[in-house]
This record gives sequence, C-alpha cells and structure tokens, in this order.
Amino acid sequence: MTAVATTPHFKENVHDALTDARLQGALVHARNFTGRRAAAAARLPEFEALRDSARAIKDHTLAHLDLYLEAYELKVTESGGHVHYAEDAEAARTIILDLCRGLGARSVTKGKSMISEEIGLNQALEAAGIEAVETDLGEYIIQLRGETPSHIIAPAIHVSKRDVEQDFRKAHRDLPPDRDLSEPEQLLAEARAVLRAKFLAADVGITGANFLVAETGTSVIVTNEGNGDLTQILPRAHIVIASIEKVVPTLEDAAQLLRVLARSATGQDASVYTTFSTGPRRPDDPDGPAEYHVVILDNGRSSMLGGAFEDMLRCIRCGACMNHCPVYQAVGGHAYGWVYPGPMGAVLTPSLIGVAEGGQLPNASTFCGRCEEVCPVRIPLPNMMRHWREREFERALSPATVRAGLGLWAFFARRPTLYRFATDLVARALHLAGRGKGRFASIPLAGGWTRYRDLAAPERTTFQSQWRAKSGAVK
Amino acid sequence: MNARDAIFANIRRSLGVTGAEATRRFEVERRIAEAPAGVVPKRGQGDLPARIATFKAEAERSQASVAEVDSLADAPAEVARFLRDSNGPATVRMGADPRLDALPWGETALEISSGPSDGHDVNAVSMALAGIAETGTLALVSGADNPTTLNFLPDNHIVVVRREDIVADYESAFARLRSVYGKGGAPRTLNLVTGPSRSADIEQTLLLGAHGPRRLHIVVAG
Repeated sequence: MTAVATTPHFKENVHDALTDARLQGALVHARNFTGRRAAAAARLPEFEALRDSARAIKDHTLAHLDLYLEAYELKVTESGGHVHYAEDAEAARTIILDLCRGLGARSVTKGKSMISEEIGLNQALEAAGIEAVETDLGEYIIQLRGETPSHIIAPAIHVSKRDVEQDFRKAHRDLPPDRDLSEPEQLLAEARAVLRAKFLAADVGITGANFLVAETGTSVIVTNEGNGDLTQILPRAHIVIASIEKVVPTLEDAAQLLRVLARSATGQDASVYTTFSTGPRRPDDPDGPAEYHVVILDNGRSSMLGGAFEDMLRCIRCGACMNHCPVYQAVGGHAYGWVYPGPMGAVLTPSLIGVAEGGQLPNASTFCGRCEEVCPVRIPLPNMMRHWREREFERALSPATVRAGLGLWAFFARRPTLYRFATDLVARALHLAGRGKGRFASIPLAGGWTRYRDLAAPERTTFQSQWRAKSGAVK
Repeated sequence: MNARDAIFANIRRSLGVTGAEATRRFEVERRIAEAPAGVVPKRGQGDLPARIATFKAEAERSQASVAEVDSLADAPAEVARFLRDSNGPATVRMGADPRLDALPWGETALEISSGPSDGHDVNAVSMALAGIAETGTLALVSGADNPTTLNFLPDNHIVVVRREDIVADYESAFARLRSVYGKGGAPRTLNLVTGPSRSADIEQTLLLGAHGPRRLHIVVAG
C-alpha cells in the first residue's frame, strides 16, 4: 500500500478545484516559473545540447541499471555506509522504522523527498510514536495543514500567505497574538526559528536523493534553503530514500544533469546547495552523521524497464512539465489525487498504482505538447499519455459515454464516403443555423462547453472538401 | 528470494539480460573509469583573470558578495571589514585549516574560536577547495579543516578561496577532488554552494536566509 489515491475521483477533484476561488488565486503564482526557465535556457548556449546529453546519460544508465546499481552499492559499502533494498512501499517503511527504532530515535527531521510521500513515510513514523518534521519551508507548511504537496518542487504553491499565518498561529502556541506575521519575510523568520530547534534536537535525518553516483557511492541532494543539509549533518544517522532509477555513472554525468535540472525547475543557473554525501562521518571529521543508510525503492519501476513507459524513468523531477501545463495551471496539483501531478504524474501514476486507479489522468491533457518541449530529458509525455488512453479504452475502463462517443466517431471514420457526406451535411446545417451571429452561445447537450465560450459557426463546407477544392490532389 | 535479489532479477527480466554479459560489464567499467565530460559550457572557460571575472559576476548574480585581496595575509582584515559593515559581532568560528590558521588574525579585533558549530555561532570562515567560474559556485569539503556545520548554521558565512583555485567548470573541480581523494574516492561531504540560503515557498516571494546563512561573502585571495 502506498500513499492513498483520490485519483479515481479525478473529475470531481477537478470540479472542486475550478470552483475554489482561494486556490485559483494562489495558482497565479505557479505561472512565474515559465518565464524564468525560458530566461535561464536562453542564457546558456549549450542548453539544448545538454538536454540531449542528459537524455543519453539516462538512457545509457537505464540500459545498464543492474550493473550500475551493483557498482553503486559496492562503493557505498566501501565508504562505511549501508544499502537496503525495498520492493514496495511497505518494505521501505519497515526498513526505515526498524532503523529508527534501533537508533532509539524519538524525532526525525526530513529533507524534501517525493519518494517519502510515495511510501507514506510520515504517517508510519507518527504511528510508531516518532515525531517527523518536514524542514523544507513549503513541506513544513503543508505538514501543518495535514495536506500533501501540490507541486513536486513548490509543494505549498496552492497556499496563500494568509493561510500560512493562520497555520503558524495555530501550531506555534507560544506566538504572541500581536506579533506581525503578515508578510512572507516574517513568516520565514518564524519558521526558521522553530525549525532550527528541531534540526538541533533530531536523532535521525531523512533525505531523498536527486542522483546516486555509482563511481563514488555518493547521494546528491539539491536545495535552496539548506534544510536538506541541516537534516543530514546534525543527527546521529542519515537515511537516504531513493528509487532505483536515480543512479548515474559518474560525477561528470551528475554535472550534466544538474546543469539542466535547476534551469528547468526554478530557472536558476544552479541551486544554492548541491550536496554530495558519501558514507558516514570519517575518523577525523568533527561533524556529520555517525551512520549512513540508503534505502533503494523499486515500487513498480523495474517492471517499466524495457516497456512502453521506460522513457518515464528518465524523469529528474524538475517540475517543468507541470509549470508549463495548461491543465495543471487551471486545477493545481491536488486534483490529480496522488503523489505526482501534472503531465509526469499523468504518465507515472498509472504505471505505479495501476491504470484502473490512475487511468483518468492521461485524459487530462490538451496534447498541446508544451511538456515535451520543455522536458530536460525529452520524455515524450503526450505520446505516453496517448498510450495510456489506448490501454484504458482497451480494458474498457473509460466511462460509457466516452466509449459510445468514440464508437460513433469510429463508425463514421471507417467509412470515408459516409464520413464526408455526414460532416458536409453538419457543416452546412451549422453554417445555416449560425448565419446571424457567426457563433453559438449554447448548443444542446454541450452546455458544459458553451458555458465558458462560444462555438464559432463553421464555414459553408468542411476542411476536407475545401482542401480538395484547393489542391485537387487529396484522395 | 530477498528483496535485493528480487529487484535485480526483475530489472534483468525487463531488460532481457542476465547481468553476466561481458560487453555490458566492460561498457559500465569503462564509463566509470573514463568518466567522459559530456557538454561543458564555454561560459566559465578562459585564462585565470577571465575565470575570476566570470566567477565574481556569477557569484554576485546569486546574491553573494565578493571581495578581492592581494594575498591570503590580507584576508583577516577583509573579514573584519565585512563583519564591521554588516554590524555583526566581532567573533569568528573556523576549522583547523592550516592555511587559515597561519593568517595574521591577531592584527584584527576579531575573536577567533575553533571547531564545528553547535548552532550558536553568528559568523564562520571557511577555505574552499575551489571556486567554479561557470556559476559562481564554491566547492567546500568536509573534515577537521573546514567542518560542514560551519557552512550552514552561522548567519554569515565567509569563504576564502585562492585565486589559483578558481576553475572553469564542475569537471575541473571534480579533477581537484580526485587529486585529493583519488579516483572513485570522495570526502564525506562535498558542498557546492551558489549564493546564500533562500526560499520562495510562500507565494513565490524570494527571500534570503531560509535555514542556512543569510549572507555569503567570498574573499578571493591572490
């Protein structure tokens, strides 16, 4: 069992999101990402070549994944660390809980990790009586709210500063009521003070990993706040949780990927802190964790190799696809109902939790193609969503109305003469009916569509017949 | 079958391989041994003065401040000036780096203490392994010389980097790392630091000083 999905209720989620004025107000901020990414890409002449390089590194590593994981494991062990393997979420939770219990841990600080969300780690820690504190500012805010991240790199993008002030006043009991918390600056100062004490008191620090380097047995994390570093250097033990596809061959390969990661994510040339961690504290080290563990999670990924969705394993979790997605921009991340939102979530979710649960997500695309245009590792996201739609249809999981509509269309599409005749007829009829205004404000059975816009009345004839008339060459 | 074996078996089944193929093993060993560089941006390249100019400009873009001094011996006076101007206390925490230890701190009014940070230090001074011109990034390695806690807990982090340690790109910094730790080796922690700590998690408003240092001051010493 992984994090609970509301994905099967996608349609209801979307409806709620679109009518939620507070959410719609907050989502405006998500649009800032696109301009920043474009500027960062334009500033680096080698950016497109780096995307090709990043893609090639990922493809090469995936094709040799067993061997790179072996090499990585060997180097971690050599440096005094421990590697644990987990086939699924439950196994990963058990390993981490056992490690924490063995260390007598009462409190755990956490760097931002989507894998941790995927395995529902916080709930498991709390159930075991261990305090789990998210330390990324956005993650901390949503943890106080009892929510899940709505974006993979900006988890609290759906929350306004007013909301944060209320959350802090509720959670931080010793806050004087007259203390000014109206602006982000004061909210950050408050969070910094509260979390600093948590960092210093924690027994175990848990982080994710952006990359695992086979050459050196190193885990790499990228943050802007420095929270991931305070999480891993202060407690007695550092536990890394990472999925199998995070491994890369060498430090040079990590550098290629880092060059596209920050630019694609926040539009920075480099994130503030890129940290390479190898094993536990050395004999002469005056600080750092005494124990270093890596939990490597499969959770369905090994089955994606060699199949139609293998390309998805190239993903480096930058969030560019959702930042550029008109659907994500309209509904936010929670509507997707599981851990990963946006186009990458629409492809990955059915792979990891099944098409029966997650099959609706690939329908949430206009196929505008912006996600693939900006993906730093060039994942063909629209194609893969199309692939999922076919599978959903083949397995008769799509709603009856959709199936009936597609069936009706297929009947005509397979009979070209009939199709031309029928569409010609409809075009003429609509042209006549819409003669007055040239558009329709309402159409029977399509009220949901015309509520937000008018349908332009067609020209007298169809595109096909106009094309035929113009070129005379199309059969 | 334990979890490790099950995962490896499933990876190999999906890839249609056994794991024993000599060509695949050779390919992987060669890639790790040769560590090909890939695409390296031109931005950081050039002779030393050009690299220093790029380093300075890029570091300032990331909201770090940068000062150049003629020699390492001038670094303490620059540290004292920076702390005076930022109205901080005249105390500094640093590790056991012999290059820092040898400097004339006694000629300043600074109160120096030595060792890692427990969270109560306002100012820290570190020595960088390298400065990376490409993105104005500092490469800092853990150890008794420069404890990692100094990079994150104090409010003001001052980093001294020697002119000749300003390299063009990440790949050159890795080469320096390997010259110290050997190929395939690494310190417990390598921190690549680009500017002071920040967050934009509340309404995408960018603020400095999230959990780490509020100010990062770089002293490039000749």
